[in-house]
Amino acid sequence: MNPFTKLDGLVAPLDRANVDTDAIIPKQFLKSIKRSGFGPNAFDEWRYLDVGQPGQDNSKRPLNPDFVLNQPRYQGAQILLTRDNFGCGSSREHAPWALEDYGFRVLIGPSFADIFFNNSFKNGLLPIKLDAAEVDELFRQCEANEGYRLVVDLAAQTITRPDGRTIGFDIDPFRKECLLNGWDDIGLTLRHADKIKAYEERRRAEHPYYFA
Amino acid sequence: MAAQTLYEKLWSSHVVHEEADGTALIYIDRHLVHEVTSPQAFEGLKLAGRKPWRISSIVATADHNTPTDHWEQGILDPVSRQQVETLDANIREVGSLAYFPFKDERQGIVHVIGPENGATLPGMTVVCGDSHTSTHGAFACLAHGIGTSEVEHVMATQCLLQKKSRTMLIRVDGQLGQGVTAKDVVLAIIGKIGTAGGTGYAMEFGGSAIRSLSMEGRMTICNMAIEAGARAGMVGVDETTIEYLEGRPFSPKGEAWEQAVAYWRTLKSDEGAQFDKVVELKAEDILPQVTWGTSPEMVTTVDGRVPDPAAVADPVRREGIERALKYMGLEPNTPITEIAVDQVFIGSCTNSRIEDLREAAAVAKGRRKADSVKRVLVVPGSGLVKRQAEDEGLHEIFVAAGFEWREPGCSMCLAMNADRLEPGERCASTSNRNFEGRQGAGGRTHLVSPAMAAAAAVTGHFTDVRQLG
Ligand code: SF4
Repeated sequence: MNPFTKLDGLVAPLDRANVDTDAIIPKQFLKSIKRSGFGPNAFDEWRYLDVGQPGQDNSKRPLNPDFVLNQPRYQGAQILLTRDNFGCGSSREHAPWALEDYGFRVLIGPSFADIFFNNSFKNGLLPIKLDAAEVDELFRQCEANEGYRLVVDLAAQTITRPDGRTIGFDIDPFRKECLLNGWDDIGLTLRHADKIKAYEERRRAEHPYYFA
Repeated sequence: MAAQTLYEKLWSSHVVHEEADGTALIYIDRHLVHEVTSPQAFEGLKLAGRKPWRISSIVATADHNTPTDHWEQGILDPVSRQQVETLDANIREVGSLAYFPFKDERQGIVHVIGPENGATLPGMTVVCGDSHTSTHGAFACLAHGIGTSEVEHVMATQCLLQKKSRTMLIRVDGQLGQGVTAKDVVLAIIGKIGTAGGTGYAMEFGGSAIRSLSMEGRMTICNMAIEAGARAGMVGVDETTIEYLEGRPFSPKGEAWEQAVAYWRTLKSDEGAQFDKVVELKAEDILPQVTWGTSPEMVTTVDGRVPDPAAVADPVRREGIERALKYMGLEPNTPITEIAVDQVFIGSCTNSRIEDLREAAAVAKGRRKADSVKRVLVVPGSGLVKRQAEDEGLHEIFVAAGFEWREPGCSMCLAMNADRLEPGERCASTSNRNFEGRQGAGGRTHLVSPAMAAAAAVTGHFTDVRQLG
């Protein structure tokens, strides 16, 4: 996983609540057995006017001019503003893969669905929960100012607006460490292999029927 | 010891290690695997030179991509076929407790085959790279969906990194009316608390109405806990649980069975256990439900109407309703019973078990599909469900009614195979998600119970199943 430390990035607003993972990456693209290459199909049904299929040349497809991320001012955005319950629905990790492959590194919203939230951290994508009023203000500023950027500092746990205001955010210390260092969870867990083995032996002795 | 909730019992019996900030390593007893969310995990494992920790925890099947007719032709879509063949090859290489590949007589939707084979047992932690893993909580398991990185993590370490959830009790007391099913109960719950109402919570379902449900009904309810935002839903053990499990292929036998049952009987919330939140519903107040929008919380009763966004003050909600009605092609204030459907889908891990098919058949019996309805698909959840339904003659009722009787799989629940809606088509569906494009790009989904789906199939529009007689 790529480490995440600090980002000064262009911001794009996606002003809808309950954006589900079917919308982030439609199911026809889940047939891939790879982890990469989902970016061109992120938000496929909103982004293009035709129906997307795997293996197409996406650069030749008609773009939906009404979809916010297609506006020229948001090209190259790395920070996405979202509304409540972003990432609800299926557990598909293809959703954070698609967002990351599209170029996003940070998501800022009032709430995220649990599984999506979890999956994001595993892919170097930082979801940040803020008060709804803070998020509202970011939407307002972003929409009003072309080229709107934010500075996200993970070590300091701050977001700095162009007007100089700094907003603090919460993150689990454990997740923060992993993200700052780009640590691989599996490697970390395997440091506890002896404990896992000991637990397993105990459980097998007490409840052998789970091991049949 | 203080009174504990079921969730606390399940949690504390699986903690292997805990970090200072409360992040814990939780031991995983059962790992269910399917073709869509596993290939990248197997690949990651191989690239890192790691081996699965405990192969006998793995139960696998192919379900999402598999066709539901013309099995003799195999899987025609080459991309789908490659995904299923990749699972075949991976399981062949690493091994498993059980694998039910495409065309196997026990193949089926992963959340149907686990319980029916006794591979889901009370007290287990169950994970699968699929959000509807919450289904298995009906057996007093701690069961939830995980992403592909976590699938790889569980394979490599037999553990999951987790933080403890808060607890919520949803209590439904009283007696459900005739024609009101588990599906209506869970849709009514989601309508009440919203699709994010359970975020961060482990949700237990209790109360006399839940107790009176069969295991099939309880699975339907736990299945949709995720649609209320909760990763895990659960129901405590009682006689219904134990009766269901006795004699299943992977259920313990003989002395081990006695030992297991003695332990399982403790797997319920203690008298007086404290929950962080309690939500109560009266069974008598619950009527047959129909969703009208593009989120499961956009739901009303069959005697209701499509809402009018003009009457909603909150701008984010109003816009959400307007957008949903535009997508769904519905006018405000339309009575639900005046909405005509083009297709009907009876299936999915929510409602494809034997009891669901019996409910649908009871309505279909002696009736015919309305001419205006293009297609009615009945897709059993597994090969075993299919066989039992055929033993009971249910398939003949469906075929006589002009419904199509298919092979098991996920089918039009998410339309990864050939079963899907055309743009603009409207469907009465027993599945769990009515998101935009879920059943095919531009398709319009209304979630209902199997009985209500069958009623829509024979009348051509939503109909109160209680009035069909
Ligand atoms: S039936 Fe639908 S919800 Fe259930 S596992 Fe299959 S695709 Fe997912």
